[in-house]
Amino acid sequence: MDELLESVVRGLGRGSVYALLALGFVIIFKATRVISFAQPAFMLAGAVMVTYLVGPLGFWGALAAATVLTGLLALGVERTAVRPMVGRPAFVVAIITLGVDIAVRVIVNAYIGNDVRQVGDPWGLSRVELAGLIIEKRDVARIVTAAVLVAALFAYFRFTRMGLAMRAASYDQEAAMAQGVSVGGVFAVSWAMAGGLAAVAGTFVAVGENVDGLMWTIALVALPVIILGGLDSPAGAVLGGVIVGVLQELVAGYQSHFPWLGGNISVITPYVVMLIVLLVKPYGLFGTREVERV
Amino acid sequence: MLQVTNLEVVYDDVALVLRGISLAVGPGKIVALLGANGAGKTTLLRAITGLLDVHDGEITKGQITVDGRPIPRKSPAGIVRLGVSQVMEGRRIFAELTVEENLRLGAHLNPRSVKENLGRVFDLFPVLEQRRRSTAGYLSGGEQQMLALARALMAQPKYLLLDEPSLGLAPRLVEQIRDLIVAINETGTGVLLVEQNATMALSIASHGYVMETGKIVLDKPAAELLGDEDIREFYLGTKSKSFKDVKHYQRRKRWLS
Repeated sequence: MDELLESVVRGLGRGSVYALLALGFVIIFKATRVISFAQPAFMLAGAVMVTYLVGPLGFWGALAAATVLTGLLALGVERTAVRPMVGRPAFVVAIITLGVDIAVRVIVNAYIGNDVRQVGDPWGLSRVELAGLIIEKRDVARIVTAAVLVAALFAYFRFTRMGLAMRAASYDQEAAMAQGVSVGGVFAVSWAMAGGLAAVAGTFVAVGENVDGLMWTIALVALPVIILGGLDSPAGAVLGGVIVGVLQELVAGYQSHFPWLGGNISVITPYVVMLIVLLVKPYGLFGTREVERV
Repeated sequence: MLQVTNLEVVYDDVALVLRGISLAVGPGKIVALLGANGAGKTTLLRAITGLLDVHDGEITKGQITVDGRPIPRKSPAGIVRLGVSQVMEGRRIFAELTVEENLRLGAHLNPRSVKENLGRVFDLFPVLEQRRRSTAGYLSGGEQQMLALARALMAQPKYLLLDEPSLGLAPRLVEQIRDLIVAINETGTGVLLVEQNATMALSIASHGYVMETGKIVLDKPAAELLGDEDIREFYLGTKSKSFKDVKHYQRRKRWLS
């Protein structure tokens, strides 16, 4: 039983990171109807920024600064590479974001170099005993951070003027413009938010580990997550992230019972889930039915 | 005065849809704009509110002024700030949002006086106050039209552009909407009423324009338009003719069959 619960907590930690990444995808998709494949690069960029800033600013200061800087970076990308493509087919823009992803990652990789870079978090691999369970502190930090951010975001969309405008613009762009909403502003804020979320996610992926050039592959798991939760549903992104994370850890935890599946089945679990979801419920748990598939 | 002078609009760089339109809406007046489908009425409203860009349209000639100041091109927000609000064709309310959220969006550029405007709008539309927390998509057609009107009023416009507010509503509701338009107008808001329902529009308007294929073909006080022979025939349909008279050809003698 303890083993099960510990796996679940590890899964929640992992899922929190997925949820943040997936939220970024969903926010951009809702605003612009485009899936941005640049998220992995922003995630890596955010984590690398933290490794440089953690010396002078401390972990939380570096995290905040990197979040803002990555948000600005995403904003810059939106203005220069994506905005001129407004009105073009979603496919074209998606491919452009793919290019942006590669370009940004090449630049960021140059800053990683050959050294071992760490985000300098206060937890490392230390553990704490909670209600009889041995839990890694970093998982607690991941869960709490994600919960706070998600709550803040949902409050933002619900109560603030700009959040409301973003929801309206995602529903009917032209009608929102007629109310005086600046759709360009909505795009910009969406990209900046997604960039910031990716930076936080990247940092918490790297917590207790090293930042390396291959870390970005973790962001790919956000794709199964958004397909499970529904492309245009922020709540679905959060729930989907948590489900995929927990499932992955459970599979990893009980893998020894299924030796015939091979050694690393947990790595492909999210994609198996994605396949099943696409077959059974292609618009996801909370997605709108007529959502375009990209 | 909302003034449109010699306006020309081109879609996709090739389709000339408005050719030299001029019209004026005086402050506190109701002006009706009639015309068949495809005459360019909606395009004219898009040109005024800066929404042409979305549809690949462009103003190639002419100008639009609000109280003497030219409207900013390609800035819907700037135009709302100048005091021109639009109720789009087909209502276009945000169905996923609540009634109150829809209204707050109408006040997007006017966030300071949301409370005051909500009170004003709820006085005009008591139904909306009762349903302020319900999802807008679940309102009836008439209530949705009221919400669309109310949302536009939240910006405290000096000029209100209405695109077919009677579309798809039962006759009783059309009357109700008409009375509401008059009530809104009495608070000093100028109204440009685009309608297919000519009887309704001309019954409350002081002046009327008739558009056909991108041009203004008639421009008269509403009372005169109501009496105009052509208008009666084409838009009001008051003559109840027998189909025998409509037939304008002689039945040909057929030899076979």
